[in-house]
Amino acid sequence: MYAYNDFDEAFVRERVAQFRAQVERRINGSLTEDEFRPLRLMNGLYLQLHAYMLRVAVPYGTINPTQMRQLAHIAEAFDKGYGHFTTRQNIQFNWPKLRDLPDILDALAEVQMHAIQTSGNTIRNVTADHFAGAAADEIEDPRPYPELLRQWSTDHPEFQFLPRKFKIAITGSPNDRAVTKAHDIGLRMVRSADGVPGFEVIVGGGLGRTPMVGKVIRGFLPTGELLPYVEAVVSVWNLLGRRDNKYKARIKITVHEHGLDEIRRLVEERFAEIRPSFSGVDPQLLAGFKQHFAGPDLAVRPVDAFDAARRADPAFRSWSDTNLAAHRAADYAIVTISLKKPGATPGDATSAQMRAMARIAETYGHGELRISHEQNVILPHVHKSDLPAVYRALREADLASANVGLVSDIIACPGMDYCALATARSIPVAQEIAERFDALKLDHEIGPLKIKISGCIYACGHHHVGHIGILGLDRAGVENYQITLGGDGTEDMVLGDKTGPGFSYDEISDAVERIVRAYLALRLSQAETFLQAYKRVGLEPFKAALYDREAQADAA
Amino acid sequence: MTRLFTPKVVTANDLLDGDVVWLTEDGRWSRSIHEAELLEDEAHATIRLLLAQSQGRRVVGAYLADARSGEHGPEPVHFREAFRTRGPSNYSHGKQGGI
Repeated sequence: MYAYNDFDEAFVRERVAQFRAQVERRINGSLTEDEFRPLRLMNGLYLQLHAYMLRVAVPYGTINPTQMRQLAHIAEAFDKGYGHFTTRQNIQFNWPKLRDLPDILDALAEVQMHAIQTSGNTIRNVTADHFAGAAADEIEDPRPYPELLRQWSTDHPEFQFLPRKFKIAITGSPNDRAVTKAHDIGLRMVRSADGVPGFEVIVGGGLGRTPMVGKVIRGFLPTGELLPYVEAVVSVWNLLGRRDNKYKARIKITVHEHGLDEIRRLVEERFAEIRPSFSGVDPQLLAGFKQHFAGPDLAVRPVDAFDAARRADPAFRSWSDTNLAAHRAADYAIVTISLKKPGATPGDATSAQMRAMARIAETYGHGELRISHEQNVILPHVHKSDLPAVYRALREADLASANVGLVSDIIACPGMDYCALATARSIPVAQEIAERFDALKLDHEIGPLKIKISGCIYACGHHHVGHIGILGLDRAGVENYQITLGGDGTEDMVLGDKTGPGFSYDEISDAVERIVRAYLALRLSQAETFLQAYKRVGLEPFKAALYDREAQADAA
Repeated sequence: MTRLFTPKVVTANDLLDGDVVWLTEDGRWSRSIHEAELLEDEAHATIRLLLAQSQGRRVVGAYLADARSGEHGPEPVHFREAFRTRGPSNYSHGKQGGI
C-alpha cells in the first residue's frame, strides 16, 4: 500500500499542530463556535447527539495491521473500546473528548492516517472496490488512481469551498462493488476496443434527498488523463453549482438542471483548456504509486487442507460458502470478515477484534486489510490452505458469522442513536431484523438479500439501492419506517420502489418478514434470488403481503 | 392564528466532552433534564436562550426543546430529546451508563 514520503509526513504533522492550536483557542475562548466549526470539520470532527464524533479516513478502504492496531489503541485510550466502520469505508469514534482530539490525530499521524477532508464541502475520501488488487474479475488494481486523487484534492486551493461535499468512487472491475453510480463522480475501469484499460466516467449520481443514478459523461477516458478530466468536472460544477440552496447544490442537481449534454460540453471545453497545464507529473506520480500497490508474492502450496476442512466441518463449510470470494489466483481466496453478528451493531468492532483482525492479516493475509462500504472487513489475499486456521482465529474473536450477502448482513447508518441529523433510529432496527431471521434459521434458505437502512433522507445507509431499503423518518413525533423494494447498487443500478405507507418502530421487523415470506412463496426456485423475483413480479405481490394483512388485522 | 407557546427547556452540548446539558433556573448547566428550568413564557424563554447562546465558552449549539412537567422535573416531549436524556440504544453508553 501507499507509504507516506517526507512531504506527506510533514503535511499531516503540521495539520495536527495547527489543529492543536485551534482547539486550544476554542477552549480559551479566542475562537467562537462559528469560527471553530469549519476548522474542526476540515479535520473530521463532528458534534453529534451525545458527544463529539471523529471520522478517520481509510483511503480507498485500504488499511494495514499496524494501522488497525493503532485504531484499537485509540478506541481504548480515548473512546469506549470500539470503532464504527462506515458505508464510506471510514471509521468513526463516537465518544472522543475535545481536549484529546489533537493527541488522537497525532496517534493517527504516527501510523500515516488522518481525518482530513472527511467532512465539509470538499472532495471527500475516495472510496474503492474493497476487493481491489485481489478480485478475479478485475482489469487492474484501481488504488493508485484514488491515491493520486487524494494527493491532488487534499488542500487543493480551488476546491476547499465547493458548493457542497463531493464524493468519488472507483472500481477496477466491470462488476461494480463500489456503488460508483451513486457518487458525484464514478470511475469504472473498462477496456477500449483495442484492449487498453481506461475509465468510464459517470457523473451526477447520488442518493440522499433526491436520489439519482449517475450518467456516463465519457465512455472511455485514457487513464493518463484522469486528473485533468476530474479537475475539469469539479471545476465546472464549482462555478455552476448552486450555493443558494444546499439541497440543490450537489452535482446531480447541476447535471439535472443543465442537462448532461451541456455539462459534457462545458467539461470537455474546460478539459481542453487545462489539459496542457498538466505537465506530466501526474503520470510520473502514478507510475510510482503503482509500485506501492504491487501485490504480494503469492505462495504456491497445496490446497488440500481447505478441501479436507470443508468435508469435515459443516460450520466451516457454511462460512466458506458465504464469506469467500474468487481471487485472481486460483489457490487464494478473498475473505470477508462479517461485522454483522446477528444482534450486534453493523460495522462495529471492539479493540480486541481489531487486534485479532490485524494479527490474522499478518499471519495469513500478507498483511493486508480492507474496509468495505458494506461495513465488513476484508482479508484480500488468503491462501486456501490457511482458511481453516483463519476461520478458527475468527471464531475465537467472535468474528466468524457466516452471513455475508445474506439477510443479516445489513448496512445501517448510525441513525438517531448517534447522529445529530437523523430522524429515526437505524441500529436497533438492523439488530432486530438480523436476530429475527437468525432465530428463524432462514438466512441460507432466503439466499442473497441486501437490506439497507438509513435513519434520515441523507441515505448514508444506501437504502435506495437496498433490495429491501428502509428509511427512518419522524412522522408527527413518532419514528416511522418507509420501505423500498428492488433497489440495486451494482453496475445496473436501480433505485428501489416505495411500497406505500410506512411502519412504526414496533412493526418494521414484522413487515420485513412478510416481504421475505412472500418472496419465499412466489419464487420459481431457490435459484431465483429476491432481486430476480422482484424484477419478474414487481411490487404488487409484496404490497399485498405488506398491506392486505394490515387491513385484515385492522378489521379483526 | 397565533401559535400557542408550549413549554420549553434550553439545552446544548458541553464544549469539552459534548455531553448533553440543560440550563437551570440559577444559570448552571446541568447534566440532568430534571434540573432544567421549565420555560412556560415565550418572552422569558427567548431571554434564557440568548443567555445560553452567549455562553459559547462552555456549551455549543444551544436551542429550545419542547418539554413538559413531570414527577421529577421537566421531561422531554419528542423522542429525539428523550434519547438525548439517555444515550444510544445499542450500548449502555452516555448518560444511562454514567457516560
